[in-house]
Amino acid sequence: MALPKHASTLERIWHYTYLAICALIFLFLIAPILIVIPLSFNAEPYFTFTEKMLNLDPEGYSTRWYDLLLTFGMAAPDAPRDSSWWADVWANAQWVNAAKNSVIIGFFSTLLATVLGTLAALGLSRPEMPFRRAIMAVLISPMIVPIIITATGLFFFYSMTGLANTYIGIIMAHATLGIPFVIITVTATLVGFDHSLTRAAASLGANPTTTFFKIIMPLILPGVISGALFAFVTSFDEVVVVLFVAAHDQQTIPRQMWNGIREQISPAILSVATILVLVSIALLTTVELLRRRSERLRGLSPG
Amino acid sequence: MKKTLVLTTALTGLAFTASAAEVTVMSWGGAYTKSQVEAYHKPFTAETGITVNSVDADNPATPIKAQVEAGNVSVDVADVELSDAIRLCDEGLLEEIDTTLLTAAPDGTPATEDFIDGSLHDCAVANIVWTTLIGYDKDKLGGTEPTSIADFFDLEKYPGKRGMRKAAKTTLEMALMGDGVPAAEVYEVLATDEGVDRAFAKLDSIKDEVIWWEAGAQPPQLLADGEVTMTVVWNGRIFNAIAEEGKPFGLLWDGQIYDLDLFVVPKGAPNKDEAMEFIKFSTATEQLANQASWIPYGPARKSSIEKVGSFHSDPSIDMKVHMPTTEEHLANAVQNDFEFWVDYDAELNERFNAWLAN
Amino acid sequence: MSDAAVFSDITTQTDSLTTADGRPLKAALAAAQARARRRAFFLVLPLLAFVLLTFVAPIGQMLHRSVHNPGFTEHHDIASGAKTPIMVNLRQWFDDNADAAPDETAYAALAADLLVLRDLKAAGNVGTRINYERAGSRSLFTKAARNAKKLEPPYTEAILDLDEDWGDPALWQVMRGASSAYTLNFYLAAIDKTRDAGGNVVAVDEVRQVYVKLFLRTLFLSLLITVLCFVLAFPIAHLLATLPLRYSNLLMIFVLLPFWTSLLVRTTSWIVLLQSEGVLNDAMVATGILADENRIQMMYNQAGTIIAMTHILLPFMVLPLYSVMRPIDKSYVRAARSLGATSWTAFRRIYFPQTVPGIGAGALLVFILAVGYYITPALVGGADGQLISNFIAYHMTKSLNWSLAAALAAILLGGILILYWLYDQLVGIDNLKLG
Repeated sequence: MALPKHASTLERIWHYTYLAICALIFLFLIAPILIVIPLSFNAEPYFTFTEKMLNLDPEGYSTRWYDLLLTFGMAAPDAPRDSSWWADVWANAQWVNAAKNSVIIGFFSTLLATVLGTLAALGLSRPEMPFRRAIMAVLISPMIVPIIITATGLFFFYSMTGLANTYIGIIMAHATLGIPFVIITVTATLVGFDHSLTRAAASLGANPTTTFFKIIMPLILPGVISGALFAFVTSFDEVVVVLFVAAHDQQTIPRQMWNGIREQISPAILSVATILVLVSIALLTTVELLRRRSERLRGLSPG
Repeated sequence: MKKTLVLTTALTGLAFTASAAEVTVMSWGGAYTKSQVEAYHKPFTAETGITVNSVDADNPATPIKAQVEAGNVSVDVADVELSDAIRLCDEGLLEEIDTTLLTAAPDGTPATEDFIDGSLHDCAVANIVWTTLIGYDKDKLGGTEPTSIADFFDLEKYPGKRGMRKAAKTTLEMALMGDGVPAAEVYEVLATDEGVDRAFAKLDSIKDEVIWWEAGAQPPQLLADGEVTMTVVWNGRIFNAIAEEGKPFGLLWDGQIYDLDLFVVPKGAPNKDEAMEFIKFSTATEQLANQASWIPYGPARKSSIEKVGSFHSDPSIDMKVHMPTTEEHLANAVQNDFEFWVDYDAELNERFNAWLAN
Repeated sequence: MSDAAVFSDITTQTDSLTTADGRPLKAALAAAQARARRRAFFLVLPLLAFVLLTFVAPIGQMLHRSVHNPGFTEHHDIASGAKTPIMVNLRQWFDDNADAAPDETAYAALAADLLVLRDLKAAGNVGTRINYERAGSRSLFTKAARNAKKLEPPYTEAILDLDEDWGDPALWQVMRGASSAYTLNFYLAAIDKTRDAGGNVVAVDEVRQVYVKLFLRTLFLSLLITVLCFVLAFPIAHLLATLPLRYSNLLMIFVLLPFWTSLLVRTTSWIVLLQSEGVLNDAMVATGILADENRIQMMYNQAGTIIAMTHILLPFMVLPLYSVMRPIDKSYVRAARSLGATSWTAFRRIYFPQTVPGIGAGALLVFILAVGYYITPALVGGADGQLISNFIAYHMTKSLNWSLAAALAAILLGGILILYWLYDQLVGIDNLKLG
């Protein structure tokens, strides 16, 4: 993107204007995500920077909203902070319970989506697969169909079958929503997959199971893991289905945030948001590392 | 290792919900739910050992109707407005409640005589009288406080955003009163097509300045955030913002619309017996009087009204003077006409939504 | 491993060839191919069955409600689960008297049915069903059912005495329509149409028209958001595609981090920024751009929906653009320049046309996702920033007119599936990329 030496003045001006525009767009993308981080340490219950915060006065900052995440919903929040206090947090704190639910639902729905999705992607990537295009379209559709339609459909279906207000119901629904991501990432890894490798394995005497675990799996593993992470994030971020089919004791983090945003935006929401931003940074880093590893393995690019 | 840990957690979670007697109570969230938790839920659990799960909704009447009709009821007791209680009962969606089984007053007066008029029904038992009124931010209005409901609609004299509830009920009545219709004639006017047109015409005059809210906890928050300068609000919510958080808010009682909130049990409630037990306990004289010390909603029993004391955290605040039903507050007030809303709720909301979207 | 592959070179040879065990080669090949197809299919089958069960079937069942509403024909007792046919006499009368105005026999049938409604406590439900199409009918039924025992012949007079509205031809038209559980009337309602007393399709009252405008608004806002996404995505995708990989990978974080961040977190952030007393307004007041009393309303209206949704959907535009721009060979543009084109001409005639597939892919994806959006408009949209999904949610959870919600959902879904099909044709679902 370097400017050629022969560029005219006008081109130079345009070039720097262009870079400035890009900088502004990047700012638009990232600023809203980063802005919540300092605000979550606000000592006052406001959403804006107080004078003390701007002067970097330590008094303007506090971790009281993070503390509130632990104490909110506790039976005895003011008790001395010993082991029984922590037990109380673990059992009663609303955000802690929401986090537990989110992790449980996220974990099992990811497991389900990844296993079924990877198997299906293996089938879909074979040239012999009948009705490939139509089946692919059906399997990707949960990503495309408006979530409100999916959620209302599930509400009636689960009410009828007794799956409403159960963990299994939510896990199944979230798995469905995560499947398109697994299929997309795993088939993408399989696009560059060299089928002569499996033939070579077979000709050297490996049975299909051995071939799968020794040859296919290591190669598609990065795709599988990124797909799984996508599926996990999908479940971890999902609120509409939970609104429609979950019971009161199955509130997840986004569900709890939804309540908080509508009724009482306190900086506590911002501290949850900050934690979630850190989680997404961690996930993003993992996916990036995996992608590079995958490209290196398949010799696509130097990364 | 990790897997087993998560699995065990999941299973304990599942097992826990299945055991132990419990009752799920759905209410309106915020300060109101808090008053109920303190005055009803906690003592109920202490006395009976039955766990109370508290669930919030914007208006509990709709989720329980949806649950009953879809055949998937998870709520045992719901706190609903009078018109909704009557309508749901008509549609066969509620369990009947035997009012003769309710707790008698301490002096022995049977419950059926102790409850105020119109607060006991086939499927519903009232617990409080509450009201919808105007709240405002004194700081933002610069010293001139509104004195009549017409001021709410006067954007010139009182500039600034307004907050209103995103529903036809109470909004249309307030529009008519703001347009000069006396409280006593509101429903008469609203029952005519011209009256409805008149109400919407009045709303048109401030439409651009209105921020619509859905949950009762929102309007005090909108005031506190500076999003609005005046808002339609439930009296308990704004009182608590003033008394507990020291907000510079004022209340305008002129044109208030008061109503009952009643306990109902949805048909097919999973813990019907515990639900009846809960209602019986919570609507006893002492509990009702006690809840009034957390939020200024008038108890629905005569014997409780006498026992209303001071605010739970500030003995200098006498709760009696903050009730919707004091003589002073009733000067220009209207009682929510449940018969009117049973008939017109669907129709007027349909028109209201079309109006809102255009 | 794959027999098909081994044999594929010799498929063109004659039938006379046989395999080692003596089978004709053609048959063995066919069998091998069938086996491979089956193997592939069985790998997909578990997932396909799962998705059909947890996704396709529930949606299909929900959409069935848009044409099927037994509110006038069947009473469902919640406690016992029993289903009782209701309005039997009146429905019989409708069957026997096509297009006839109601006479005494019709009112007699109605009176008999009202008695049944009273015993079943079903008047509210029946009234609600009729009320969907004729406002104010609910109370007619509950009131009449309450007085059903007192009704005596001549029934016409007795019922009209209860309420004159019973004589309204429009009411009878609605009851006739509702006497079959299957109806298309909810689709009519979803496009602001109704039937008049003669059964003709007419527009509803102007003050009640809302859905057509809402569909148009949803389309318009989605289009606007798509255009905004394109305008913002193109420059940065271009920058990312032309920078050396080590820089672009770093900058890519700016695109991918929002993509990986919770939707609710991003919506919260926008509330923090856009509120009247939020960061943006405060900053503008502090720097003197705005007077304190002139704070700009950027949230709880359309502006809020547009800004937040553009931010949320932007990565879906950047990623396909980037993947199309990256492989574009710079020498084409250089060649154009050396042949005398200005940089603008070179961009317009040489570079831009090569990015069109990426623009198509990104725009379609963003548009499809925007049309069905729910969460963000619900939280920051106010009254005029609501989209069609929000009204589906309204009828699902507030007004509880589920048939209308299903009809609106069906129309929305139909539109989206057409776009999805278009996407598959133009871009190919296989080419969907995620980071």
